[in-house]
Amino acid sequence: MKVPQELKYTNEHEWIKVEGNRAILGITDYAQHNLGDIVFVEIPELDAQVSSGDEVAVIESVKTVSSVYTPVSGTIVEINEALEENPELLNQEPYEQFIGIIEMDDPSSLDNLMTAEEYEQFCQEQG
Amino acid sequence: MVSTALKRTPLYEVHKHHQGKMIDFGGWELPVQYTGIIQEHQLVRTQAGIFDVSHMGEILITGEKAEAFIQYLMTNDVTRIKDNQVQYTLMCYPDGGVVDDLIVYRYSNQHYLLVVNASNVDKDYEWITSHIVEGVKVTNVSDQYAQIAVQGPKAQEILQKISTTDLSCIRFFWFEPQAELAGIQCMISRTGYTGEDGFEIYLPTDQAAEMWCSIVAAGGDDIAPAGLGARDTLRFEAKLPLYGQELGPDISPLEAGLNTFVKLDSGDFIGREALLQQKESGTDRVLVEFEMVGKGIPRSHYEVYKNGEQIGFVTSGAHSPTFGKPIGLALLPRQWSEPGEEFDIMIRSKPVPARVTRGAFYKRPTK
Repeated sequence: MKVPQELKYTNEHEWIKVEGNRAILGITDYAQHNLGDIVFVEIPELDAQVSSGDEVAVIESVKTVSSVYTPVSGTIVEINEALEENPELLNQEPYEQFIGIIEMDDPSSLDNLMTAEEYEQFCQEQG
Repeated sequence: MVSTALKRTPLYEVHKHHQGKMIDFGGWELPVQYTGIIQEHQLVRTQAGIFDVSHMGEILITGEKAEAFIQYLMTNDVTRIKDNQVQYTLMCYPDGGVVDDLIVYRYSNQHYLLVVNASNVDKDYEWITSHIVEGVKVTNVSDQYAQIAVQGPKAQEILQKISTTDLSCIRFFWFEPQAELAGIQCMISRTGYTGEDGFEIYLPTDQAAEMWCSIVAAGGDDIAPAGLGARDTLRFEAKLPLYGQELGPDISPLEAGLNTFVKLDSGDFIGREALLQQKESGTDRVLVEFEMVGKGIPRSHYEVYKNGEQIGFVTSGAHSPTFGKPIGLALLPRQWSEPGEEFDIMIRSKPVPARVTRGAFYKRPTK
C-alpha cells in the first residue's frame, strides 16, 4: 500500500495536498483497494461552498457506495471531470487523480490531519 | 446483542490462501472477491471461474409419499422430471408470496434433494416439516455437503481432464449421482447461477479442499476463484432472480415473471388459488428491465417515482461488467411497465431518469 510522504491524511481515507491556499483532495490507495472496482464517481459541484466534514463527492464501486468528505472549509475551485467518464482511474492511480481542489477559508483545519506515518499506523489498526 | 461467530465453510483456509476478501454473508464468512469483481466476472463469461457455494442449504425428502409431498409444496410440476433430473421451483405461502426458490434433484420418486438459499434453510425446514404427512421423511443435511460451482464456457473441458465420468452426457439441468472427479466420489449437475454453462459439484465436506485444489490445478490459466461479488453480478446480468430482491414473502412468482415455473394445471399446491387469481386478473405489478437515462447506478431497494409519487422500487441494479453500463430490474405497476416508459429512480434523494427496456440482459451466445 502506497502512502506518499508529502501528503496529509484523514481518517476517512482521503489525502490532501497543500499548495498555498489550495487543498487538493483525493482518496488513498487503501481506500481504492478496499472499495474494489470503482464504476461511478459523482464529482463535486464547481464553485460550491463547503464546510469541513461535508460530503463533496460519492464513489460507487461494484459492491458499495462511499462518500468523500472534505476536511477543510472553502470553495471548490476545480474538479476532475475525467472521473465521470473513467472512474476506474481512481483504482489505477489514486494519488495522481484528485477529486476536487478547495480554496481554503481557514488553513488551520489542516492541523487536524494525519501525517504519512500516522496514517500508515491508522490503516494497520483498521486491519 | 450477542455477537455470534460466523460460520465457515470447509474451504475457509483455501480462501485465505487465495487472499479472498472475507465478509459476513448472512452469517457465513465468505469471500466477496479475490482479485476484483469485474475481472472475476469476465473470466467466468469468457473462460471459467470456481465458486465456493457450500453455504447453500440441502434438505432431503424421502419416503413413498415424497413426490406427492413435494408436488403439494412447490409451484412447478415435479412429476415432469425423471430420475437424475433437476428442476427449478418455488415454495409459496397460501397468499402466493414466496417462502423460497430452490432446485429439486430427483434421485427417484421416493428420494429428492432440495437445494435452498443459505439464509432460508431454517425457515424452509420449519415450513416443510410443518406440512409433513405420513410416508415422508424430511432431513436437513446442509452440514453434510460441500458445494463447488465451476462456471464458464471452459468448465466442461477443465473438469473432464480430471474425471472418468463423461461430463458431456450430463445435459442442462440433469445430474450424475455417482460421478468421479479428482478421484473423489461426488454428485455433479449441469446447473448454475451465472448464465453460463457449468457444473455444481456436491461432495463430503472433508474432501472439499482437495477437490478445489485439483480443479484449480487442472484449469491452469483458464480458471480462477470467483467470489460472491461476481456471483451476484453474473446472476443479475443473466436476470436470474435473487431471493430477498426479486422474490420474497411480498412478491409472487408471477409478479417476478416466473410464470414458466408455476404450473396451475397440475393439481393443488400451497398458494395455487392465490396465484390462479393473479394469473386470471393479471398481477398489479410487473418486474421490468430498465436502463438509466441520467447518470447514476441503481441499487436494490431504491425507490421509483413517477409524477412525484412513489410507484415501485428497484429489486436489483448494478453496473453491468459485460455491457459496461448500469442496468436494473424494478417492480412497477402494470400501467407503467411498457418498454419506453420513463420514470425516476431516487439516488441519494435526487430523481435520476430511467427507461423501461426489453432484452437488455445477458443471453449466453449459442454455439
